[in-house]
Amino acid sequence: MSARGVILVITEQREGKLNRVSYETITAAQKIAAETGWSVEAVVMGAQVSVAAGEIAAKKLEKVYQIHSPALGQYTADGYIAALKPFLAEKLPSLVLFPHTYQVRDFAPKLALALDRPLISDAVSYKYESGKLLFTRQMFQGKFVADVSFSGEPPYFATVQAGSFRADQAENGPAPAPIETVHAIIENSSIRVKPHEMYKEAKQAVDLTQAEIIVSVGRGIKEQKNIEMAAKLAEALGGELAASRPICDAGWLPIERQIGSSGQTVSPKLYLALGISGAIQHLVGMKGSRSVIAVNKDPEAPIFDIADVAVVGNLLEIVPALIEEVKKAKAEA
Amino acid sequence: MKILVCIKQVPQKDAPLKLNESGSWIREDVSYEVNEPDAYALEEALRQKEKNGGEVVVVTAGPARAQQVLREALAKGADRAIHLEGDEFVRLDPASTAKAIAAAVKSENFDLIFTGLQSDDYGYAQTGVLLAEVLGWPHSTIILHIAKEGDGLKLKRELESGYFQDMEMPLPAVLTIQSGGNKLRYATLMGIKQAKNKPMTKLGWADVASAVGKNGLKIERLYIPVKQKRTETIDGPPAEVARKLVDKMRNEMRIL
Ligand SMILES: Cc1cc2nc3c(=O)[nH]c(=O)nc-3n(C[C@H](O)[C@H](O)[C@H](O)COP(=O)(O)OP(=O)(O)OC[C@H]3O[C@@H](n4cnc5c(N)ncnc54)[C@H](O)[C@@H]3O)c2cc1C
Ligand SMILES: Nc1ncnc2c1ncn2[C@@H]1O[C@H](COP(=O)(O)O)[C@@H](O)[C@H]1O
Repeated sequence: MSARGVILVITEQREGKLNRVSYETITAAQKIAAETGWSVEAVVMGAQVSVAAGEIAAKKLEKVYQIHSPALGQYTADGYIAALKPFLAEKLPSLVLFPHTYQVRDFAPKLALALDRPLISDAVSYKYESGKLLFTRQMFQGKFVADVSFSGEPPYFATVQAGSFRADQAENGPAPAPIETVHAIIENSSIRVKPHEMYKEAKQAVDLTQAEIIVSVGRGIKEQKNIEMAAKLAEALGGELAASRPICDAGWLPIERQIGSSGQTVSPKLYLALGISGAIQHLVGMKGSRSVIAVNKDPEAPIFDIADVAVVGNLLEIVPALIEEVKKAKAEA
Repeated sequence: MKILVCIKQVPQKDAPLKLNESGSWIREDVSYEVNEPDAYALEEALRQKEKNGGEVVVVTAGPARAQQVLREALAKGADRAIHLEGDEFVRLDPASTAKAIAAAVKSENFDLIFTGLQSDDYGYAQTGVLLAEVLGWPHSTIILHIAKEGDGLKLKRELESGYFQDMEMPLPAVLTIQSGGNKLRYATLMGIKQAKNKPMTKLGWADVASAVGKNGLKIERLYIPVKQKRTETIDGPPAEVARKLVDKMRNEMRIL
């Protein structure tokens, strides 16, 4: 039972549209294939996936599998695993790549273990060193990265972090890739959870996506009463106040002001990050900002990796001085 | 309901982390705390017990220092603790951790197992889901709200970009808990006193090794990431920093 030199990308679609990180994962697969000599195939799954399959077949792929079943209409881990486990056991790819989405986090570890294989989660890049495939992933909240290898035989499993590869670099093929239909057989009784429709919470009152200046506070603000200080700075700058997740979790600011993967995605002219460490789930919400100023007392804080201007220092001292200076500048103007 | 909560001890968020001499791991002489989502998992378990009765048991796999997170959980109201104690539990891959925890509790009949959705140190986001696979149980991830309904549960999951989803699920099950679903309680003086008399079971590597098997992942090296962006650093006394920043805002960023 040796693996065929194939990289299989399990894509993710909703209502027939593939998400961006699926294309990023195809780019990753194509790059790995160029170095290993393996070929790339892709899987689209759902109740009706012919549109998505047709869309993805334009990419340079050896083959596209559309795995369908009425039971895959709404995502469940049980349904996805029931469909993919026998499929992968038969196809025996060398590498199975997924985008690191909430959905993949929900089923991919279980699928890998069901096949008795390890999974490297949330990879940001890879290395191919003397015939050995390594994936690089962040650890300790982005303060370090680790090169991780698999032990044992393929198939290997890995998930790719959003934004690590570029979707627009996914190569198109000379002709559409052949599409093969796979009918998954899934017993309804094997699906143990009953999901309801997705929904959004009541309409949000603040729309930070339009803000030109955002002053964003993280746990470095230390106490609820210090939020006032950040609010004053935002006011002086004529900007909006926002926050990292722990600030909203604690109820210091309403959740609608949260920036990040589970909050809003913003791209202001200036994003002023006060006492925010720069975890990936926060960065995805703000790295499109035109300029980033970060104030953090830790010179190694990962937020500085994406900041244009780094201020290493105590925000509790710097913010009051900055409020004064901004007021002065505005008065002069 | 009988609930198990998996709690991991992780380096404190603010701890300055350094690589060890061989560059294989961090230096372990730092301060530690409870992995944040695990604190929310414990909170949720305690609230379930207050509503529906039952028992809350906490488990951690880690060296002697990790006992602290169990003590804190007992002080907050957990009924008893299990410590899988040993240096062998550091740097494990998530499947091995899941197998070790499953082996440690196999003789108990839990209705529910909670884990955090992700550890702040390794960030695998796998251990809870894998625990469900080892036990053959259903699971659900990134849970914000749990209500017991009949023989099962009604859950609220967080999805991406502001979406949520409710779902129904039978018991027993594994749930991975997101932070922010509840307000965390503090341990009371009374709680801290009572914790001293609560049972703490200790197990070692030898007790679970046969169930764990070989590590499937190997961390070849750990290092500081290479910077991708050219960052300009500004320092000096606060007033001077403020002047320089305003100058940049006016002349380079043109927002003033
Ligand atoms: C599935 C999932 C979804 C998530 N979604 C989001 C999301 O949408 N948004 C989000 O923000 N997070 C999200 N998170 C959480 C994320 O991983 C981080 O835990 C979080 O962003 C950390 O917030 P922080 O930077 O404010 O706190 P910390 O990481 O605790 O950082 C605080 C920083 O403040 C600095 N500091 C302390 N005191 C001072 C001082 N006096 N002066 C200056 N600096 C100081 C410290 O050096 C540190 O860098 C999510 C996590 C998961 C697993
Ligand atoms: N060593 C451990 N001891 C107890 N619980 C753990 C351990 N490692 C992981 N967990 C649990 O699994 C969750 C996810 O961890 P991870 O898969 O590393 O992201 C954590 O939030 C904990 O609840």
